Amino acid sequence: MSDRLASRFVAPGQGPAFDHGDKFKVEKLNFFYGDFNALTDITVSVKRHAVTAFIGPSGCGKSTFLRCLNRMNDLIPGTRIEGRITLDDEDVYGPGVDPVDLRRRVGMIFQQPNPFPMSIYDNVAYGPKLHGVRKKSELDDIVEESLKRANVWKEVKDIMGRGGLTLSGGQQQRLCIARVLAVEPEVLLMDEPCSAIDPTSVQKVEDLMAELKDRITIVIVTHNMQQAARVSDFTAFFLQEQAGEPAHLIEYDRTATLFTTPKDRRTEDYITGRFG
Amino acid sequence: MRTRERMNKRVTNGIALGVIWLAAIATVGALGTILLYVIVNGIGQITPAFIFTWPQGVNMEGGVWPTIQATVYVTVLAMVITTPIAVLAAVYLAEYAVQGRLVSTIRFAADSLASVPSIVMGLFGLALFVEGIGMGFSVLAAALALSFLLLPIIVRTTEESIRAVPKYIRWGSYGLGASKWQTVSRIVLPSAMPRIITGVILAAGRAAGETAVVIYTMGTMINAPFSPFDPGRTMPVHLMLMAQEGINMPAAYGEALLLVLMVLGFNLTARYIGRRNRRMQG
Amino acid sequence: MDTTRDGTRMKDPAPEMCSDESALAPEPPRTRAGRGLVKVSRATYLKEAALRNLFLLCACVAVAGVGLIFLFVGLKGWPIFGKVGIWQFLAGPKWYPTAGYFGILILIVNSLLAMIGALALGGPLAVGTAVFLSEVASPRVREIVRPAVELLAGIPSVVYGFFGLVLLRPIVADLFGGLGFGLFTVWLILAVMIVPTIAALTEDALRSVPEGIREASYAMGATKWQTIWRVLLPAAKIGIIDAIILGMGRAIGETMAVVMIAGNAPVIPDGFFKPFLTLTTVIVMNMPYASGDHRTALFGVAIVLFIVSMLFVAAIRLISRLGKEMS
Repeated sequence: MSDRLASRFVAPGQGPAFDHGDKFKVEKLNFFYGDFNALTDITVSVKRHAVTAFIGPSGCGKSTFLRCLNRMNDLIPGTRIEGRITLDDEDVYGPGVDPVDLRRRVGMIFQQPNPFPMSIYDNVAYGPKLHGVRKKSELDDIVEESLKRANVWKEVKDIMGRGGLTLSGGQQQRLCIARVLAVEPEVLLMDEPCSAIDPTSVQKVEDLMAELKDRITIVIVTHNMQQAARVSDFTAFFLQEQAGEPAHLIEYDRTATLFTTPKDRRTEDYITGRFG
Repeated sequence: MRTRERMNKRVTNGIALGVIWLAAIATVGALGTILLYVIVNGIGQITPAFIFTWPQGVNMEGGVWPTIQATVYVTVLAMVITTPIAVLAAVYLAEYAVQGRLVSTIRFAADSLASVPSIVMGLFGLALFVEGIGMGFSVLAAALALSFLLLPIIVRTTEESIRAVPKYIRWGSYGLGASKWQTVSRIVLPSAMPRIITGVILAAGRAAGETAVVIYTMGTMINAPFSPFDPGRTMPVHLMLMAQEGINMPAAYGEALLLVLMVLGFNLTARYIGRRNRRMQG
Repeated sequence: MDTTRDGTRMKDPAPEMCSDESALAPEPPRTRAGRGLVKVSRATYLKEAALRNLFLLCACVAVAGVGLIFLFVGLKGWPIFGKVGIWQFLAGPKWYPTAGYFGILILIVNSLLAMIGALALGGPLAVGTAVFLSEVASPRVREIVRPAVELLAGIPSVVYGFFGLVLLRPIVADLFGGLGFGLFTVWLILAVMIVPTIAALTEDALRSVPEGIREASYAMGATKWQTIWRVLLPAAKIGIIDAIILGMGRAIGETMAVVMIAGNAPVIPDGFFKPFLTLTTVIVMNMPYASGDHRTALFGVAIVLFIVSMLFVAAIRLISRLGKEMS
């Protein structure tokens, strides 16, 4: 079985996935939209300095779960969680915890690129300015550094004054990545970042993920299984058995293992394309 | 379907659409008639002398300058008073408010203020500002009364402008570790600003054209107000008095034209800002 | 900011997880982050709460406004109800203040007459224009008509009154005799004045009907008019009713335009071209010389107008809520 499966995917060629310990530990997470239990009993870890992929059919709660990790769901009225999520062993939902500071440490990239209606420079400088950086030279350095790490510096260095919205989709998304990198997060949560951009940019985003993971923990929600297999070290498979039912975590393992020798029948069905 | 039914359908459709066209033509025609009439009859009056000199004598010969000054003064003052309060109120309603009794009450109050007949607002200004507090007929009393009238208008347009800022832009800001106020003040309000300004300018046009409120709070004395406690006669009030007295109709036409031009000016400026904003946002 | 390596708990990869490579994972470079999870500071909490309360205060100015109007207009007008009795005031058939008669029934009837006529003329005109803008007009034509409607909304009421006085009144006088003041002229002007109000809301209501409904209707072979009449207008019913009520409120509350063309006699007009006085125009006409009880009575009329306008607002909210529950 494993040979047949292995042949369908590009084997993860970026070296063995080292286990640097848990950045996030999620224990028995239940998530509610009002009365509706959208996520049930999720227990999983997100490993430090690695890329973890969340895969599964659309609408099954992967993005919702992602948003639990940086408490973005707090912005949606009527939601609540039960269970525990810890970041570096500290409870993210603990009493008095400041979600605003959490979101600086745990950055997010959205499916639809969403640059602010400002210049490219101002977009990237927004984060540092928020957190008190004032000197122009310091901001200039941070902006340049972030745009370089996001693999987009060469394309925009001469048009920094132009509006962020004038860029192409792929460039906008990389601009958004630069924007997040400028606040030096420890974690980068990426919610289907490549689904709305052109293939060249997809390549560039995947390249930068490989470069970033030395310093940053990355979680990517993706539809695209080949991409998950390409870029990630660990993979978690989510499934909602039927519409209207809560979603479960079916399987979590190193990517190489999950894609070649999945333990659950449903995982195998999904990655061989039988559904979803 | 049989031929006769098909024909009937088509005939009815044609007639109905014709009637609808007529309705639109009538509406545009009404506007055109009013504008044309005022312009044609008033254009002769518009000379620099008319605009910049004072009315003389019993027959109001001469110009209308004091009314222009009074109108501009009270409009600007009213906008200065209302706009900050209205914008912050809209920020509350759009960003902080949670559905509940308090918000419902606020909205009901705002809608009520918006529907108050202007003459009631005028008497209110008379009772509270002119007589109650003792400001007497003054620009300030009029501006305060006007500001209650304008408040719900600006709150509504500002709230709509704020809600028009897409959610994912805000989420981009929150995702970077921004607090609510940082997001609102650095991202949402600047984004919404052109539309907010459009709403403010349109409200200013409304303020400039108000008669009933101003008559009972600023009086009818011909005066070019200097301090906010001075009385004055605004353009709409002057127009009404001249029309009723009927002694200097040409001047009345001139005043009417000036007033229409002023309001048109506000309207077109607001429209221009709106269009430029839409083009920039691509 | 302190820097702590967030790899403090980094360990060697467990042997069974490692593949052939034996190299240790490289040490992660220092990051700027990492004091652990931060609690919300008291200062931030207070600041955010203060801002929120400031905005709330601004929003409550609206409520304060309504309260103040009630208070001050009410205080000045209340005595008349005491003097004459509420029922006598509202239903008294004679408005003859100099002789002590303070019945506003005539005024109420006249205001209603003016409103009904204006609505009968302006309502269909407005709805027709709105349907035109939403369903019939091509985008280029829309570019002309919609600004026209918005401009109509911006024209001050005194200009409408002036126009009615100098152009319409002589024409009506020539055509129908009399002086040209009266219900007919008022209806014409008021109708045009309420068109923008009703048309704007009606157009909004029509636009919020989903496009799919139109397509479904056309796909069944319906003509444009059939679609409008049988599908769209009923679907937008609630919005249209709201628009009409708003127009009614505007018509009843209009003062300046009416006072210049109504003729202002405190009787129920016995013809379309006879002068009449309404709730709003009585205030303008009488205020300059009213004193004592007369003045109080005028404030009483203002209270009545205020309450009527609030009733309109309440009616709109009620209907909208009912409409939402039914859909």
